[in-house]
Amino acid sequence: MSSSYKGADLVAIRDFSRDQIEHIMDLAEKMVPIALGQERSDLLAGYVQSSLFFEPSTRTRLSFASAMARLGGATLGFDQPGGSSVQKGETLADTIKMVDSYSDVIVLRHHSEGSARLAAYFAEKPVINAGDGAGQHPTQTILDLFTIRKAKGKIDGVNVALVGDLKYGRTAHSLAEALALFGAELMFVAPANLQMPKETIRAVDKLGGKPKTMTSIEQAVPEADVLYITRIQKERFPDLAEYQKVAGSYKINNALLKDAKTELSIMHPLPRVDEIHPDVDLSPHALYFQQAFNGVPVRMAILALLLGVIE
Amino acid sequence: MIEFKVTPIRNGTVIDHITVGMALNVLKIIGIKGENVQSTVSVLMHVPSKKAGWKDIVKIEDRELDPKELDKVALISPNATINIIRDYNVAEKFVVEVPDVVKGIVKCQNPGCITNMHEPIEPEFLVESKKPPMLRCIYCDRIMTEVSDYII
Repeated sequence: MSSSYKGADLVAIRDFSRDQIEHIMDLAEKMVPIALGQERSDLLAGYVQSSLFFEPSTRTRLSFASAMARLGGATLGFDQPGGSSVQKGETLADTIKMVDSYSDVIVLRHHSEGSARLAAYFAEKPVINAGDGAGQHPTQTILDLFTIRKAKGKIDGVNVALVGDLKYGRTAHSLAEALALFGAELMFVAPANLQMPKETIRAVDKLGGKPKTMTSIEQAVPEADVLYITRIQKERFPDLAEYQKVAGSYKINNALLKDAKTELSIMHPLPRVDEIHPDVDLSPHALYFQQAFNGVPVRMAILALLLGVIE
Repeated sequence: MIEFKVTPIRNGTVIDHITVGMALNVLKIIGIKGENVQSTVSVLMHVPSKKAGWKDIVKIEDRELDPKELDKVALISPNATINIIRDYNVAEKFVVEVPDVVKGIVKCQNPGCITNMHEPIEPEFLVESKKPPMLRCIYCDRIMTEVSDYII
């Protein structure tokens, strides 16, 4: 693989080709023992990561910090804008220009869509989008692909059901497109008013995926190799009763899973509210905590590639 | 005797076949404001048109606008034509064409887009489709089609 990663930004999953994403996943695989603490590394010793989290995050922020620390690098930044000059009215552009001179790579989560693209415009150093409002979250998409590949040995031909709010959750859109790019078979399970937007279905079709859409999770369970559950966002519903009706219809519990394939894996980007009953945690189907761990080796690989220490 | 509602201009630019109701938006999009014009500007609204039933027309006297500059008119009025008038004759005639990139003319319709947050950048769009105009914000990726409502 070429050194085309060095200095590149990762703003949207579309910024990278399938080959490049495969290469990230291959490298992430090699990072696993270091991520687990079984091996030590000083690959990124002397490198500094700016971690700018304008919005709350547990997994993404900590896994980036863990990835950097495991490779011997340092992290600076904030996890709420209250402690920064942003509160004094500083523009994001100014904040970015400043941290660009303090660090080698910038990890940004911000509430405004397009913020990471703006940061990439102003920064000379690589910018990694760690979620821009309802926009993109490409490292999550790559770790989801990695998790499926690791659990199933491949992505091509794996039947993945995406379940929940598929209309508003744009991370579900980019995941659907990425899965189609890798040849997965797709089922979109959502209430009629929260189904995948037409543009995404068209994009998936164009990539050769022939997604099935359905409202019933019971219909999807027996066919699926992976059930990917997303949280139904309460704030999207004008009527609370309507929300409860919908949210209740996609609860995963052991009774629902009685017709599932034995090797079915359940994924969830977390945090969950009550989409998955805690009893399921103990079943062999539960993959979501492994998925959360996978954020570390995947982000290690991305940092090492964008910083150019590995090609 | 023939009565002209608006007389022909001797020299200048005529933007014809403007989608009816869009004349004022055309002036806005090409940056013609009261204080920066030294000559007469005539705006005709709701004029009978053989092609479209009704149309608007804008005439700017004594000023030849750069046709490239005028391509952005196509965003709100895809069938507009530009006539450069010299000594009462049409010296040049162009059909406007939507450019490939639109920068600083239209704001993003997504209220959550970073370009709507007082950052020091101009909104910028890639043109996904020209007829009808469909723009993709290079920042937030949102597609917009109702361009005329968002002219800066």
